[in-house]
Amino acid sequence: MIRSDAPVLLEINDLCARVEDQPILKGVNLTIRSGEIHAVMGRNGSGKSTLSKVLAGHPAYTVTAGSVLYRGENLLELAPEQRARTGLFLGFQYPVEIAGVNNLEFLRVATNARRTEQGLDELDTFAFEDLVRERLGVVQMDPAFLERGLNEGFSGGEKKRNEILQMALLEPLVAILDETDSGLDIDALRIVAGGVNQLAGPDNATLLVTHYQRLLDLITPDYVHVMAAGRILRTGGKDLALELERDGYDWVDQELARLGAEPAEVG
Amino acid sequence: MPLLSVESQLPWLAELAGAPLPNRREEAWRFTDLAPLRDLEPTLLPVVDPLGGVPLPKGVSRLDPAEWAPLLDASLVATGSEAAWPVGLNRAADPQVLALRVTGEADPLELAWDAGSAKGLAALRVLLVLEPGSSLDVLQVVNSSGANCTSLITEVLLAENARLNLGVLALGHGMASLLAHVAVKQEPGSALSCTTATAGWGLVRLEPRVMQSAGSAQTRLRGLQMVDGQQLADTHSFMSFGGPAGELDQVHKVVANGSGRSVFNGAVKVPQAAQQTNASQLSRSLLLSDRARVDTKPELEIVADDVKCAHGATVSQLQANELFYLQSRGIGADQAAHLLLRGYCDEVLRELPAMASAWHPLARLLGDGA
Ligand SMILES: Nc1ncnc2c1ncn2[C@@H]1O[C@H](COP(=O)(O)OP(=O)(O)OP(=O)(O)O)[C@@H](O)[C@H]1O
Ligand SMILES: [Mg+2]
Repeated sequence: MIRSDAPVLLEINDLCARVEDQPILKGVNLTIRSGEIHAVMGRNGSGKSTLSKVLAGHPAYTVTAGSVLYRGENLLELAPEQRARTGLFLGFQYPVEIAGVNNLEFLRVATNARRTEQGLDELDTFAFEDLVRERLGVVQMDPAFLERGLNEGFSGGEKKRNEILQMALLEPLVAILDETDSGLDIDALRIVAGGVNQLAGPDNATLLVTHYQRLLDLITPDYVHVMAAGRILRTGGKDLALELERDGYDWVDQELARLGAEPAEVG
Repeated sequence: MPLLSVESQLPWLAELAGAPLPNRREEAWRFTDLAPLRDLEPTLLPVVDPLGGVPLPKGVSRLDPAEWAPLLDASLVATGSEAAWPVGLNRAADPQVLALRVTGEADPLELAWDAGSAKGLAALRVLLVLEPGSSLDVLQVVNSSGANCTSLITEVLLAENARLNLGVLALGHGMASLLAHVAVKQEPGSALSCTTATAGWGLVRLEPRVMQSAGSAQTRLRGLQMVDGQQLADTHSFMSFGGPAGELDQVHKVVANGSGRSVFNGAVKVPQAAQQTNASQLSRSLLLSDRARVDTKPELEIVADDVKCAHGATVSQLQANELFYLQSRGIGADQAAHLLLRGYCDEVLRELPAMASAWHPLARLLGDGA
């Protein structure tokens, strides 16, 4: 939902970042207001996950220029955990498996970290069980997954559902979902999309990274951005995604050539 | 009962054992300096029978000396450890033998000792004889909080189709030493699961040694050793297959912090007679300090040709991507590291027999309210 008077939640200006000595983000500009749903598309290797991880504070990436304001404050000087506690959420393209760390306990510690920041009481194990059982409904996940190690032995689709369960518990202000749709079967895609729609509201915002229109059929974006070679090359409405679906990314090379930039690597 | 406190050239323990302490020129002791033992108070500490005055679990009965005498040493001999120095020391200290027979499906058994803060040597000796088809969960808990040395020998005879889940939870003290042999002889069709966890000791030498006398048995070994400060923990495991179609599934984990030193040597012998053996050994070490040191070595001796043997060894720090994943959920860096460490340890600790939970091994190993 676009409201020009809605408060800006995230404002990315000329963001450049590198990993080791390799520049990857080369001047990203993006403004997200509350209530909005943004989709970021683009070829493999264009920098979508890098942008997501830089926003979440991944230590492997160094910001070399530009700024990111989150609710008007400098996001980049916050530790990753502080970003999360204040409502920034990253749904990982490849969620990590951590054997031995119990999923339920992890979810409780994470939820309480967020609640403490919000000035709410921490939930004890019993109160948390009630909450988590309710939120499991959002992704129609089997409670048996709570007893397992964190993502340990989860299938690709199960990991993605577990990401959305975390989102449902943490109630973020800005949710960045990096290819949450990949690896999902047809029913799971519908369920996960339903969950995201249920969680999206006038006071938060969602940034979907995706390759496929089929997700955007279920979650209608207000804006669609095309990333290429570490920047946002084009922005449009939901029709832009349909156009990409039809025409592909060939135009990207011409556009980049016109800008005098290197073409994105195809990974 | 205090023993000879005569001044002598030899350390008291050497005199008692009738053999000098192993030194580091011997391959099996290359990394392990027994120096802390030289200062041990020359006293034999009285040992309380952990089953004294308590009713034995269902299916467990005591063997009388006439019954156990011919069985004693059999598993030590089978596993080639009868001449090992720690075994000689234990023998010389002449502890009472706690000899138990297990029939049918026995109820769980717990054997707990605590050397406390007394100074001297505490020697313990256990013999478990599992009859054909019997099964038992047994937890041995060894504690110490002072300048003493605990010498433990646990011998096990696992008859055909017997099943044993053996746990050793040993939580010590920076001044304390532990010398432990767990020697198991397995007959075909038997299953052994042996899980050991040690932490806090100034010095540990642990030798889980298993012989499948005719193969066709299952052996599962899990080990966790934690070192911190100036501690040294050394596990020398030994597995031998005396016949075909035996299985070994071994995981040994290390947490090395402070200036701690960890040694793991995993010997696996698969002779010609042991065709169709399926053995896997994995050693994983977590280095939490750059002053800590880890030495890990598989020692595979595989002669049979139709076998599956896998081994691997990793030494690493906490995984940055795992830490970041937890942080990205609002969990602070310290707490995230703690959670990962707990998870790492718990993978072994949760395999201890169920009654171990009453000892809160995670919390005590990590020294917190985990
Ligand atoms: N840690 C890293 N080390 C080396 N190269 C990296 C690293 N992270 C990202 N890159 C490189 O940066 C570029 C952008 O990667 P990124 O993962 O952001 O792409 P993406 O747009 O998410 O692609 P995909 O659609 O395949 O998920 C790629 O060329 C990638 O190889
Ligand atoms: Mg990506």
